[in-house]
Amino acid sequence: MAVETRVMNCIMCPMGCELTVTIEDGVVTNVTGNTCPRGPIYAKNEVTAPKRMLTSTVAIEGGVLPLLPVVSADVLPKERILDCACYLRGVKVQAPVKTGDVIVENILGLGVNIIASRDMELHEQ
Amino acid sequence: MEFVKSADVVVIGGGIVGTAVLRELSKYDLKCVLVEKEPDVALGTTKANSAILHAGFDAPTGSLKAITNVRGNKLYHELENELDLDIKWTGSLVAATTDEEMQTLQELMARGRKNGVEGLQILSREEVIEQEPNLTTVKGALWAPSAGVCWPFGAAIAFAECAVQNGAEVIRDCKVLGFVKENGKIVGVETSKGVIAAKYVVNAAGVYADEIAKLAGDDTFTITPRKGEYILFDKTACSSLVYGVVFPCPTKKSKGILVCTTTHGNTFIGPNANEQDSKEDHAVTTEGMNEIMASARKLIPNLPMGAAITEFAGLRAVSSTGDFIIGVSDKVENLYNAAGMQSPGLTSAPAVGELIAKEIARVSGAAAKADFKAALPKKKAFIRMTASEQAAKIAENKLYGRVICRCETITEGEIVEAINSPVGARTVDGVKRRTRAGMGRCQGGFCGPRVTQILARELNISIPEVLKERADSNMFYEKYPVDGGEE
Amino acid sequence: MNQLYDVIIVGGGPAGLSAAYSAWENGAKKIIVIERDRELGGILQQCIHNGFGLHHFKEELTGPGYAHKCIELVKDKPEIETLVDTMVLDVQNNKTVIAVNPEKGLMKLEGKTVILTMGCRERTRGAIRIPGERPAGVFTAGAAQRMVNMEGYLPGHKIVILGSGDIGLIMARRMSLEGCKVQACLEICPFSNGLTRNIVQCLNDYNIPLYLSHTIVAIHGEERVTGITVAKVDERMTPIPGTEFDIECDTVLLSVGLIPENELSRGLNLDMNPLTNGPVVDQHRETSLDGFFAAGNVVHVHDLVDFVSEEAEIAGKYAALKAQGKLSADNRSVKVSAVDGVRTCVPQKVTLPAEIPADEKIKLFMRVAAPHRKVKLVVKSGENVLLSRPLPVAKPSEMIAVEIPAAKFNQIGDEITVGLVL
Repeated sequence: MAVETRVMNCIMCPMGCELTVTIEDGVVTNVTGNTCPRGPIYAKNEVTAPKRMLTSTVAIEGGVLPLLPVVSADVLPKERILDCACYLRGVKVQAPVKTGDVIVENILGLGVNIIASRDMELHEQ
Repeated sequence: MEFVKSADVVVIGGGIVGTAVLRELSKYDLKCVLVEKEPDVALGTTKANSAILHAGFDAPTGSLKAITNVRGNKLYHELENELDLDIKWTGSLVAATTDEEMQTLQELMARGRKNGVEGLQILSREEVIEQEPNLTTVKGALWAPSAGVCWPFGAAIAFAECAVQNGAEVIRDCKVLGFVKENGKIVGVETSKGVIAAKYVVNAAGVYADEIAKLAGDDTFTITPRKGEYILFDKTACSSLVYGVVFPCPTKKSKGILVCTTTHGNTFIGPNANEQDSKEDHAVTTEGMNEIMASARKLIPNLPMGAAITEFAGLRAVSSTGDFIIGVSDKVENLYNAAGMQSPGLTSAPAVGELIAKEIARVSGAAAKADFKAALPKKKAFIRMTASEQAAKIAENKLYGRVICRCETITEGEIVEAINSPVGARTVDGVKRRTRAGMGRCQGGFCGPRVTQILARELNISIPEVLKERADSNMFYEKYPVDGGEE
Repeated sequence: MNQLYDVIIVGGGPAGLSAAYSAWENGAKKIIVIERDRELGGILQQCIHNGFGLHHFKEELTGPGYAHKCIELVKDKPEIETLVDTMVLDVQNNKTVIAVNPEKGLMKLEGKTVILTMGCRERTRGAIRIPGERPAGVFTAGAAQRMVNMEGYLPGHKIVILGSGDIGLIMARRMSLEGCKVQACLEICPFSNGLTRNIVQCLNDYNIPLYLSHTIVAIHGEERVTGITVAKVDERMTPIPGTEFDIECDTVLLSVGLIPENELSRGLNLDMNPLTNGPVVDQHRETSLDGFFAAGNVVHVHDLVDFVSEEAEIAGKYAALKAQGKLSADNRSVKVSAVDGVRTCVPQKVTLPAEIPADEKIKLFMRVAAPHRKVKLVVKSGENVLLSRPLPVAKPSEMIAVEIPAAKFNQIGDEITVGLVL
């Protein structure tokens, strides 16, 4: 049985708790150092299938600004983040938009929506 | 030979000297064209110097430097109002910290009087401290009330715009590549924009004046670039530094590393003086900054280095003859040199303009214009207006109600005006030099993107096309397409 | 606009908006927020990443999301006026505020109280004196962030980031997501100032090398950056000769410090603190000039916007109470000193009325001077220990907040000290 101890910093919130993670045969069996329940969840994912939130912008027409900030509604597979960011570069939406509106549904078939981070009103030219 | 243009006089170089000459020439019935290789005027030495209008006690008596310095100083007093120049007549102090230096002050005063400088006086330590409380190491100083500080870019642009309103032409992005000659005389100037027919040529090409002269057939002098580095402080540091102009005692090589406050209230220390081969290298160096700080500390022990906001360097044009080279060339009969214009070049410029223009007028027989428009329209910076002037200006043009440069309180109206004036700004730095937007403590962090957008709008170009200064100095770029990227 | 405002607020970012809301909640009837940008929200509008609001709104928000919630609080309230695209030119000791915008021209506003919430600006290349030419392509990270996130343009393609504070780290990730190549992140200190989560998700995730104890010794390129020379530094942060190496790049993003933006404050007769670079304030966020309050980054640079809101709410409450004449005038002032490893502490003084109200709170926000593990924070007054808190980890980049228990107020003597016990 291969036992490994890995030290990592949790990124679920700005605390950045230092986690000590015990991995036996590729499975996380113990996590210490967390100050909330999200720590062990992060550790498990990080070892088996790391996930990240994505924040970026899409082009918007008719808004008070030319860009609309967007955020993934949930975490995405870490190795697909750059692909998702590339995809968003080609997206253009129309104002008005409300916070939480779905901008891209099921991005790249990964089961996660990309939503608007803010309202963007229609701008009278 | 095909000429794209014909002129009586072509002035090469759009710095303080070239523009001063152009303005003087435009008083006569002469068709004058100024060609400047850079995208804007005043990008050479005029852009990076101490901005001092010297009294004139420093240069050897009888030299061209001394004669034109004193005359130039007087002319600036006269032109200040006419051309709406930004000048503060602060007077200058040469500070002595040893008995030997006190002796040097006597020599300077004697020389100054011989040069025709008025009002020179030796001040006691107490008198100096009253004016400049931070000069704690001083024993006494030479006080020259006729000295001042000016805004060099503003002066060059004012000279150029005055010339343009009197029929002269300024062509930017126009580099001189050679000369067309017939029988030893220049008949045309080859430029990157075509050949301009010319009867007379003025060489005011700064550090390149020797190369221009050589192209024309005059190899009697060389110009060595001498770099001067500066450190500029935030306006709030003025009270920890100096209010006016303070020189150390001069050495043989230079007037020394001074401490001086600009017309806008920023104090600087510098310049050092290091000769170099390159005419392109304007890099500020660690050694240079250390040299300047060490020297300035001899006058002001507690330099507020935390208040430094920017550093820059300029190249002085030092001539091989030891003095200015002004007047008709010995080798080419219609080439007029205005070369080697290191300090006091800025102060001397209007006087040099006078000399050269008078000479060309005499030789050509051109008459003085009866309708010479000497004055430029008065332009007051928003921040210097009274509240009622500000309110009136905004009512006239809404854009004066939007402050773009927060540090210096420069409005969109002033920026648009600077872009659309006769020798207007076409780049971010061009806007900066004319309006001061970007010269404050945040150094363009807040206004840079906004100035870029205004330039794009006014010049009808896209944002990625906006340049900081020269070609290839783009500020921003388009985003990558979906499948693009660096990897 | 010839009316007397209860509260005039200079700056419409999270501090100004939170202060406005709190002033309204506490009875102020005429409030105005003046903002120089085209919309409210301040710097948050360009901080499109998440990590905001976990404390204050109990959910993880992006910067614009946090700004949206703050704006919702002040919107549609007739007592709260807002002006955007409006620059304050001057604030006077008698609480007159001069402002200007294109539509209304020059405006003169009079208030019973003024809250200063102008935020901060970025330290520049000139302030740290990086040698070299002055090509295009050198930006402060925040200025570049605005162009990338709000205007839609890149500052360049091959990027080096100087400074491993959060802004630099966030931009390292942002530029990578936009397809640029981030060559390196350089940090002059032997430790990073950014949140550990950002080292992981902004540098490690993108294989961007972090060079600690390194700095830029020259920037090359005449018109546009072509590269930089980097050197290792010693314990006095001086470059070590012989350690230089070059990195090719066309853009340098500087994340080398934030400076509270107190240009307007300096024109007032109020005391400034040279360590925080902000006004001296008491626990109500009132400055030494009566009726002038300050909150947010203009007082001291924060790392969590949640604390900014908390601080601004205090300022808003007490400005409103002051405007209504509800604050006691019979007070004593107690100095708060940061000692023994604590570099800065806000408030720098505590105002104690003779009769301390039941809802009085004294919360101290501080930063340590150097990183420590397993230390104790002790707040004392004379011999009395007002508070003792063990800190498993203390970093200069992470502000620490503690509250003095009300039961200990009667033990506050002539001075309060805040220090570490190692």
